[in-house]
Amino acid sequence: MEADSKPKKSGARLCCVCNQNRAALKRPKTLEQICRECFYAVFEEEIHQVILENQLFKPGERIAIGASGGKDSTVLAYVLSELNRRHNYGLDLFLLSVDEGITGYRDDSLETVKRNELQYGLPLKIVSYKDLYGWTMDEIVKMIGLKNNCTFCGVFRRQALDRGAALLKVDKVATGHNADDIAETVLLNILRGDIARLSRCTSIITGEDGPIPRCKPFKYTYEKEIVMYAYFKKLDYFSTECIYSPNAYRGFAREFIKDLERIRPRAILDIIKSGEDFRISTTTKMPEQGTCERCGYISSQKWCKACVLLEGLNRGLPKLGIGRNQGLNSDGKKDRKRDSRTPSIESKQCGSLEF
Amino acid sequence: MACNSSTCNSSGCYKGYEEEEQPKPNTKAAVNGGNSCQNLCVKCKVNEPVCCGIGGENSRFCKDCFKNNLYGKFKQAVTYNAMITPPDKVLVAFSGGPSSRVVLQFVHEMQYKAQKNYDANKDKSLPVFGVGVAFIDESSTHSFTSQHIEKAIEDIRLIVSNLAPPSKELFVVPIESIFSSDGIDGKERLKELLDAVSDVTGKEDLLSHLRILLLQKIASENGYTRIVLGSCTSRIACHVISATVKGQGYSLSADIQYVDSRWEIPVVLPLRDCPAQELNTLCSLDGLKIVELLNGPCSGINGLVSSFVKVLQEENPSRECTIVRTAGKLTPFHFNRVPEIHDCNVPSATRRHQKRYTLKPNGSLSSDSFCPICNSPLKKSNFPSSLRSHGSQQNPDLFASACSSCQFQILPKDPSLMEEFLSLLPQQMITKAKHGDQGNFSLLREQIQEFLFSDGENEI
Repeated sequence: MEADSKPKKSGARLCCVCNQNRAALKRPKTLEQICRECFYAVFEEEIHQVILENQLFKPGERIAIGASGGKDSTVLAYVLSELNRRHNYGLDLFLLSVDEGITGYRDDSLETVKRNELQYGLPLKIVSYKDLYGWTMDEIVKMIGLKNNCTFCGVFRRQALDRGAALLKVDKVATGHNADDIAETVLLNILRGDIARLSRCTSIITGEDGPIPRCKPFKYTYEKEIVMYAYFKKLDYFSTECIYSPNAYRGFAREFIKDLERIRPRAILDIIKSGEDFRISTTTKMPEQGTCERCGYISSQKWCKACVLLEGLNRGLPKLGIGRNQGLNSDGKKDRKRDSRTPSIESKQCGSLEF
Repeated sequence: MACNSSTCNSSGCYKGYEEEEQPKPNTKAAVNGGNSCQNLCVKCKVNEPVCCGIGGENSRFCKDCFKNNLYGKFKQAVTYNAMITPPDKVLVAFSGGPSSRVVLQFVHEMQYKAQKNYDANKDKSLPVFGVGVAFIDESSTHSFTSQHIEKAIEDIRLIVSNLAPPSKELFVVPIESIFSSDGIDGKERLKELLDAVSDVTGKEDLLSHLRILLLQKIASENGYTRIVLGSCTSRIACHVISATVKGQGYSLSADIQYVDSRWEIPVVLPLRDCPAQELNTLCSLDGLKIVELLNGPCSGINGLVSSFVKVLQEENPSRECTIVRTAGKLTPFHFNRVPEIHDCNVPSATRRHQKRYTLKPNGSLSSDSFCPICNSPLKKSNFPSSLRSHGSQQNPDLFASACSSCQFQILPKDPSLMEEFLSLLPQQMITKAKHGDQGNFSLLREQIQEFLFSDGENEI
């Protein structure tokens, strides 16, 4: 939609919605010229509509907001608590943060989340890798290097969020994944050949058959607009890239999408629409769901991925669970050969929580 | 969430998944062990290699093996999908570029072999298929000197005349012939039509839709039964990404199969498994002449996608194949197979052959309605609106019947300009806009036919 940008006699651009205030910005999604107040209104209203149309929440539910201290989760916390108040969703909101133990990065962003707790009045729970698994990311990287570290972190974080959610006894977890993220993921799955993930990655609610369902209220919200909202509202957030993430594959897709957005802003939503419309056979083999023998977490194998990785860390076998041949020994669990060179830390049994 | 690490090897990570399918060439070279293997063609292990396939260092072929490898892919695609059978007359769309040059060459070689077999055979039961060539002259859409174009056309005539026996008819047709009136009128109308499209990508895409319609027209008017396109893996990979980006995820699987029968004359893609890089190499190895008509780089979305895929390809030479393979896992449509031959005049041997190889129909025999502009299958057939507008034959609601992508990038934004735009479109598209609705209606009728009484029936 192109806004009519004929200036009035005074030369001032007027907001195309209220036609009263001066336009302060151009909406990245639609290129409309709009004033601040109307921008807040339309931004919040669109998210409200997404929540309603997709029935993301039910009154009385306890919702954990995955909070990293970054712009997406901060704005999510702010907007959700605002909408909860304004439209009487009747939700109990919590902030849930994961401390991976990355010095100089995570400890700074956690400070932000602690401030958010006070600013938004939402109770905060922090779960740490150290408590859950006995390892911080710093220690893991020291052991395995900068290769495959993202795998460990990703697998551990997923479980950490679920465990934290279980501790808080919440019904759902809401994450700040935005439209740009989802569009990137659709493209990545095409490039990587992952048809099974391709069929799931555009769902606004996932994991309904798992321990805790997750939802993405920002599915149709542009990253640029989230930044704009945070900027104009002067929200408190922490913006730095994780120090352990080398620029790599997702970067290709991100570059491409930035270029696309410049030519045709609606392309981001079009990619998501394509992802939703792909004709993928429902008989595509999905992994059979069971539980981990060691900790009881949801798993398609004998042991869940986190347990496999942990086993590797504790035995000084950093490659266990990485790459093609990832089988454990048939008697897997009991023998813990200590490698004298590397410091071995007994991990806590992950089965301290019932699933 | 996707792993950010390019070096991550976990099988849980996307990277690992893809690497399971395509082992990186470098590791394999180490396994080969020893320099001796590097100096022989990997296929015949006899001749010296002269070129590399897509696998880089790992796929060094001698000239014959390289060509046979590519021809083999072509032949398999043709046979497995029953693309060309003896009674067919195939029209090869020739743009002058390397892919269409190779497909023309391969089709010719297949025809030549068939001709020799026919001549040698006493029992003349299986006739040789006919081949024609069509070149679409788009010079009216951009500013080439007439000399440039004439030279190009001369070169094309030479190429085609050299591909005989068996001789092939060549059609050189200007793009404006898509309109029933030719000459200056046609040129003017085409210019007006393209000018009416403000979006750069929309313009390019509209032109390609007109191109395929013209090919259909040529084939239909001259008795051809198949249209052969030289679309290679690389071209298809770009199409997968650009269709995704334009919101055409639903119809995407229709465009990338071996066979596309939603047109009057089925369109086939025998080079679907051949990467552009290898086709280019073949052209230079075999001295196949290419006619470079620099149509100018694509701009807009198409150009952006092209550069993106190029960058990915440089990072990993098998990326295009992976993209096409992934998209190949999307469910095709019921029209993505050659139509069955019901003609009794066709030898039964042929019909048996075709029946054996034709893919099984896939699920949805739903009444697809199609966008009148790009002919892509639409996700929901808008039954309610079609019933309402069935009466109004005069002004088909073009906007409502088009897909969302064409609505955005091709059709005029201002509704008052729609009427004029309609008048500029070629007849084939208008007819589709009208009959698109009728198609649904008659399908509805078919379902209830047995319950209708023939008398006292009111035509709605």
